[in-house]
Amino acid sequence: MTGPAIDPRRLNLAAEFRARPFGRHSPELQALLDIMHRAENCQDLILVSIAPGRWVLGERRIGGKPPHLFTDEVFESREAGEWAAFRRRWQVLAGRELELP
Amino acid sequence: MSTPGVVGYLDSLYASPGDEVTVRASVLDGGGRYRAQLVRLICGETGPSGPGLKEEPVATELAGEHMGSEQPVPISSYAIVDNIPPLETIEFSLLVWPTLPGRGTQALMALGPVRLVLDAVGAATIAVDGETISTKVPLRHRAWHRVEARYDPATGSASVRSEPLRGFHADRVAEASGRLRAGVRAAGPLLIGASPCVLRRASLAQDEGRCAVQDQSSPHPEPATEGSASEDARPLFSGSGADAATQHFNGKIEAPALRSRELEAEWDFSRGIGTTRVEDKSRHGLHGHTVNAPKRAVTGARWDGSVHDWRRDLSQYGAVHFHSDDLYDAGWQPSLRFRLPETLKSGYYAVKLQASGPPFYVGFIVSPKPGAPRAKVAVLASTVTYLAYANYRRRMSPGPFELTMGALPTVDMTDVLLAEHPEFGSSTYDVHKDGFGVGHASARRPLFNMRPTGRFWNFAMDLCLIDWLEAQEIAYDVISEHELQERGVELLAPYRAVLTPSHPEYVSLEMLTATEAYLGAGGRFMYLGGNGFYWRVSFDPAHPGMIELRRAEDGTRAWAEQPGQYYHATGEYGGLWRRIGRPPNALVGIGFIAQGFDASTYYRRTSASRDPRAAFLFAGIEDEIIGDFGAWGDGAAGLEIDAFDLALGSPPHALVVASSEGHSNAFLLVNEEMLSNSRGVDGTLNSRIKADIVFFETPAGGAVLSTGSIAFVASLAHENYRNNISRLLRNALDRFLDPAPFKLPM
Repeated sequence: MTGPAIDPRRLNLAAEFRARPFGRHSPELQALLDIMHRAENCQDLILVSIAPGRWVLGERRIGGKPPHLFTDEVFESREAGEWAAFRRRWQVLAGRELELP
Repeated sequence: MSTPGVVGYLDSLYASPGDEVTVRASVLDGGGRYRAQLVRLICGETGPSGPGLKEEPVATELAGEHMGSEQPVPISSYAIVDNIPPLETIEFSLLVWPTLPGRGTQALMALGPVRLVLDAVGAATIAVDGETISTKVPLRHRAWHRVEARYDPATGSASVRSEPLRGFHADRVAEASGRLRAGVRAAGPLLIGASPCVLRRASLAQDEGRCAVQDQSSPHPEPATEGSASEDARPLFSGSGADAATQHFNGKIEAPALRSRELEAEWDFSRGIGTTRVEDKSRHGLHGHTVNAPKRAVTGARWDGSVHDWRRDLSQYGAVHFHSDDLYDAGWQPSLRFRLPETLKSGYYAVKLQASGPPFYVGFIVSPKPGAPRAKVAVLASTVTYLAYANYRRRMSPGPFELTMGALPTVDMTDVLLAEHPEFGSSTYDVHKDGFGVGHASARRPLFNMRPTGRFWNFAMDLCLIDWLEAQEIAYDVISEHELQERGVELLAPYRAVLTPSHPEYVSLEMLTATEAYLGAGGRFMYLGGNGFYWRVSFDPAHPGMIELRRAEDGTRAWAEQPGQYYHATGEYGGLWRRIGRPPNALVGIGFIAQGFDASTYYRRTSASRDPRAAFLFAGIEDEIIGDFGAWGDGAAGLEIDAFDLALGSPPHALVVASSEGHSNAFLLVNEEMLSNSRGVDGTLNSRIKADIVFFETPAGGAVLSTGSIAFVASLAHENYRNNISRLLRNALDRFLDPAPFKLPM
């Protein structure tokens, strides 16, 4: 039996990413991100600007077809979109929803 | 959340005051109405950390509401020979290297209703008026075969044969023969790599045909086939115009021949490389031409690896690579014409088209009229790089994008529209359907990146420099790289200082030589970007408005050119200028070192910044740290960055006055800097990953300032243009405009 791809107890890494999604990361966070960003884990997510300052997540599709847009959640910054993508991936790879104080 | 309802393009990426401009528009939303407005662009969509979009409407007869319709795009390349006389018998023969066998019917040669095709499974098949005989043995992917077919209209007897060429695989000859409908005369133009649209739409399976409308005048309508009788062919476009061809082939074709009782013709594709000409080497002189710029100067069936420059042995380069998604010219009808005002200020402009959804900007450059008075400063707009990036689709394809970029790919609804319309062609960052790199970029189609909105990159980013010049009230002209290609150093010579914007990556030999000549004559040059002067491109005289690129050998590549194909159709060796022996370091002091797309950082001044030679640069700047702010990633050093390197030709007397530090994990050393993979190549571990600001004088009294970062210009507007990056650039420009010659250090 194999465990989750990432350790669900490492909430400190999630907190580090939430505080600074862009820029220098600790080696441990970078290792986690490298797992999340692999082809089999990245969920082919994309950020789509639907208007200036308004973003939604999308899913890239084979052949460069128009991405499927997840319009239920609209973000006001790229950082917020990155955090939403992180949470989606965490749930799959850690086996549980990310709950951060 | 809708996409633009109208798109368009112009006949040229630049124009001058007084010129007539033709707009070719296609209304996609079915409404038929759209508005048009000429706008001067001052600043792009920078996001909340920058000034934001600034545009000024310009009064012309263009302004107002117009009626239009959707215009088709005849995408796909093929060759055509128009003047084939009526034939009694017909025999096709050619060499074939298929790249997508089994992906729908693909025509190899077609003369009216008599066609030699690869059928739905990729087997050689002769088709006459809807009846077929197939070998039923698929051709092998990316392998050369000789394929032949015969048809006798008098009896209806027909045969087809495919034979793999050389190799040690267990390939076998496949043959089939029988009788097809008799009395069908081969007539009309001969198409190579496609079928003519003389077939009824109802006869074409959905994945096979793209004829826009049924050709009612066809003398040989093809009867409906089982399973497709009630289905129209699905056009790749949805317009109302007619396409000339269908059943497009993907792969290479060599030595196509047509024989009959009346004639024997064979087309030698090694003749006329660099042109559209398709030359018949027989006495009949049945010459033809290519459509939509298929790739020439490609290896043929005889290529054995002994020759890599096609000019040295044409017999090894007798093939043409056709693609069903090649596009040179959309060929749209003119929609609007207007004249640019005689007094129009030089700059970045766009025809802003608006129907439903967001506007579609058709960007272009307005440069001064030849002979008109010039400003002292010129911005050399990176129109060639804009073209290389135009219609970039890769960000919307699945894959581990963030492992390279360090952040989620971003697009907007205009990019989504591009994804909805594959017929607008791709960028040189994409690959064709068959996986081979897109090496041609044409301006004769809608270009989705010549706009102030969307990704903060290229055109939109470069407007930050325009915005700064406006804010500084510095008189300037904007000239284009396309004009530099045409006019050479004469274009630059009138200017005291020439400034590049953020990313002049793609450069031709003519452009490079003209820039060197300008510096050699004492010109002052500012390279205000990153990853510049990197790839060689060439301009194909047979295809005005198109550039060719071969991503040969090395470099940060979206795809790799095939072995034996590193030489352009112009005969130039392709690839990195660094590999060709003309590194950017020798021109502007720095060259590409790393890239990362998550966050930017700052520069720290070096001791060389205190050198008296550099005193003018830092007048009034006390800070040790400069550029720790900006509209892209909160810093002036980011995205793609360049470094000083003596070994690559950086001038020994150059001063590195500032270097960036603190780049993120996402910044990775470029692979041309590595002989083998290694760890320790990211921005947190590798001290070579830095952007250098470099200044040096030239022997003729000129000088160069290079800033080494795409993000640099995005910092200029910080705190209402009162910041140390803005001050540095203003100091430099003031001195560069001073006619007093710079002196080389002793």
